[in-house]
Amino acid sequence: MGVEGIGASVVRKEDRRFITGKGRYVDDIKLLGMTHAHFIRSPHAHAKIKSIDTSAAMEMPGVVGVLTGQQIVDDKIGNLICGWAITSKDGTGMKMGAWPAMAPETVRFVGQAVAVVIAETKNQARDAAEAVVVNYEELPAVPDIRAAIAPGAPQLHPEAPGNVIYDWTIGDEGATDAAFKSAANVVSLDITNNRLVPNAMEPRAAIAEYNEPEEHFTLYTTSQNPHVARLVLSAFYNIAQEHKLRVVAPDVGGGFGSKIFIYPEEMVALWASKKVGRPVKWTGDRTEAFLTDAHGRDHLTKAEMAFDKDNKVTGLRVKTYANLGAYMSLFSSSVPTYLYATLLSGQYNIPNIFAEVISVYTNTVPVDAYRGAGRPEASFVVERLMETAARQLKVDPAELRRKNFITQFPHQTPVIMAYDIGDFHASLDAAMKAIDYAGFPARKAKAKSEGKLRGIGISCYIEACGIAPSKAVGSLGAGVGLWESAEVRVNPVGTIEILTGSHSHGQGHETTFCQLIADRLGVPISQVSIVHGDTDKVQFGMGTYGSRSAAVGLTAILKAMEKVEAKAKKIAAHQLEASENDIVIENGEFKVAGTDKSLALPMVALAAYTAHNLPDGMEPGLKEGAFYDPTNFTFPAGAYICEMEVDAGTGKSTFVNFVAADDFGRLINPMIVEGQVHGGLAQGIGQALLEGVVYDASGQLVTASFMDYTMPRADDLPSFKLSHTTTLCPGNPLGVKGCGEAGAIGASAAVINAITDAIGNNKLEMPATPDRVWHAIHGNA
Amino acid sequence: MSTVKLTVNGKAVSAEVEDRTLLVHLLRDHLNLTGTHIGCDTSQCGACVVHIDGRAVKSCTVLAGQASGSTVTTIEGIAKGDELHPMQAAFRDNHGLQCGYCTPGMIMSAIDIVHRHSGNLDEATVRHELEGNICRCTGYHNIVKAVLDAAGRMKVAQAAE
Repeated sequence: MGVEGIGASVVRKEDRRFITGKGRYVDDIKLLGMTHAHFIRSPHAHAKIKSIDTSAAMEMPGVVGVLTGQQIVDDKIGNLICGWAITSKDGTGMKMGAWPAMAPETVRFVGQAVAVVIAETKNQARDAAEAVVVNYEELPAVPDIRAAIAPGAPQLHPEAPGNVIYDWTIGDEGATDAAFKSAANVVSLDITNNRLVPNAMEPRAAIAEYNEPEEHFTLYTTSQNPHVARLVLSAFYNIAQEHKLRVVAPDVGGGFGSKIFIYPEEMVALWASKKVGRPVKWTGDRTEAFLTDAHGRDHLTKAEMAFDKDNKVTGLRVKTYANLGAYMSLFSSSVPTYLYATLLSGQYNIPNIFAEVISVYTNTVPVDAYRGAGRPEASFVVERLMETAARQLKVDPAELRRKNFITQFPHQTPVIMAYDIGDFHASLDAAMKAIDYAGFPARKAKAKSEGKLRGIGISCYIEACGIAPSKAVGSLGAGVGLWESAEVRVNPVGTIEILTGSHSHGQGHETTFCQLIADRLGVPISQVSIVHGDTDKVQFGMGTYGSRSAAVGLTAILKAMEKVEAKAKKIAAHQLEASENDIVIENGEFKVAGTDKSLALPMVALAAYTAHNLPDGMEPGLKEGAFYDPTNFTFPAGAYICEMEVDAGTGKSTFVNFVAADDFGRLINPMIVEGQVHGGLAQGIGQALLEGVVYDASGQLVTASFMDYTMPRADDLPSFKLSHTTTLCPGNPLGVKGCGEAGAIGASAAVINAITDAIGNNKLEMPATPDRVWHAIHGNA
Repeated sequence: MSTVKLTVNGKAVSAEVEDRTLLVHLLRDHLNLTGTHIGCDTSQCGACVVHIDGRAVKSCTVLAGQASGSTVTTIEGIAKGDELHPMQAAFRDNHGLQCGYCTPGMIMSAIDIVHRHSGNLDEATVRHELEGNICRCTGYHNIVKAVLDAAGRMKVAQAAE
């Protein structure tokens, strides 16, 4: 590797603008004549809208327009859709209720928009919103899964009897039942996977501008995938035809999944910009983020694992209820099915798996992908079961895992996934060494002598990333392909622009993608620019989520680079009067191997564009594109071990140590990879200890601010000890697997395993607050 | 409406604002200093931290009128030309930022932390002091490293002055 090539911890190119306050996020943009939108939102979880009186608001200072849900329906703006079709076990399709961008008749969660005020200033829009009078007839609400499936529960959507969206299964039920019948031991757990709010630090925002003569819209939006936004807005929502809609996602302040989806506010901003003939800006505040950003997780699961007399796993049976909220968000259906149940084999050789997933409507914010998306829930089920089994079978939890690790690859699990490669022993070895696992009993004894409870917890996760092979996901119901595209433009002076469909909102693509070019051509990364996030610049792209940008996005760039290099070699060979097979690329020079003849990249580029002396029949220019569709998922995996000390008097858990040993294949930039792991761990630990959405019985969101929802802060977390083991991914030429979600997938089970080990009570729900831990120690006294 | 006069990043500025205008909105909307961010509505996240008369303050908790007559420094005002403030450089060198949204507030808070502790910081102190700034990307690991690194750099810079 060169100093800036693959494998180098290059300091990020994009940082300078962020550390000097020159980042450009959506809310930083001002357009000439721009107006401001403020939404009127339902205060009720479930209600009929009896009337909306906008007359007083229309008279308020600065008001440009007040628009309602009925108007958006009348204008035939399409309902929001879910783009992944799931088929129930009885062969019927999923039951999708209608979701208009603003409710014309019925509201189904607190925070759902019913009208919008457009005014000259933000304050004027807020003031006028106070004057909009909405009369509601309250309806009984179902705030959670248990309420939704109770007999006689209030119905949310006529399309979905019993509030059930689908009842889906995977695996061989008969074989799995047989494995349980012949099992020597069975371990079972009831698990609540707590509901979370993604809370990217930048609230969502949108600015829409309509050019009337051109019938053209521009949308600046906080998106992880601007092209997908354009596709959905044009193909399904009737906002504009694709070539009449430009979507720009400039600097975006974190996403974690929540900015994948196309939300009502963006649709309304676009529609309203045409209605009022002025640019319309909406910037959400944090309360709106809590009330409208897609939430994550929210499962109730019963899981059982069967073991033979040698402690080998023979079967896994899982029944999960998933809460999808009041409406089906864009990819919501896939999260508790194909992103969850397909990972239930974990790192283990489990011959029989059967899972049933029942997804339900509730009067809550829609739930969709949040960092890890289904895979944290799967990993939590498997790793809590493994730990519980070790305790029940009285064997060391590391040894029980080792006995059941998959060691031969490729490995076909009973739940679709075919793991391509891995070395699970190596990552567990590394983690155990890092935390001095062998020394734990002595540390526990010492802590006990000091009156403290000490516990250790292991979590060996696996995830499916590099999302995804289009044909495979298409056969499973996906409405889109999940390839990625790229274009490499070598300019006449030899500088390089990389256009990518991936989107960076913290991942550092402007650095890591340049590192590939530095590696290939030996040019400094300062000569390379990454262009992304604008549908007018980049032809197409599927965006960034599912740890796909390196495995899929960067591979697309590599494919385009190979074409550029091939053409450049032909040009260099022609100019140097050599055979193209003899041309090698080193330090930005095209050299004739074994001679001192060479041509620098700028000279090759110039020759391509002057076209004065190109090989006969060659087109001028040096620009190539590629679409790359992966052939399989990638399978990052690793071992996390957490050591916790619990104060029995207060129930407070304190980190002693947290170690992570990950196998992400080849690392492009280890510094950035470690940053991704740190952030993921914080979110996994946040789920385990701090974060959890609370709805009251009437469907009010109690945790709707940073005062009420516990975000991890610096003093809640330890410094992490990271290490890497490596098996190169055979599925892509770079050997990369993806690192964005691992921490969030593996961490929570390690923490809960450690605390339950410390307190000697395995019954403990997330978030494991001091209150819950204290009660787990002392009972309900 | 009131006229607010103050010094921002070394320049005297004056603006006509509604009485209810917060300092953060004066900076962002009237002065186009969009480096100061808004991440919440309850003064919890710290994305809006600036310095008022040398002290770190959440600019969402201060009315623009209250800041009248004071000297305000924002993230745009701490580098000396092309030369980054040591805290800015330390955030970059330690990969103390990812999406960059909390970063301006983090940096402004962190400079104040170093000043208040005269540069004598350890990990636990930094973690405790950063309690008013929320980051969702980094898990704080590299932010803590950056602040400790910058504390050393700022000592050296001060000694050189």
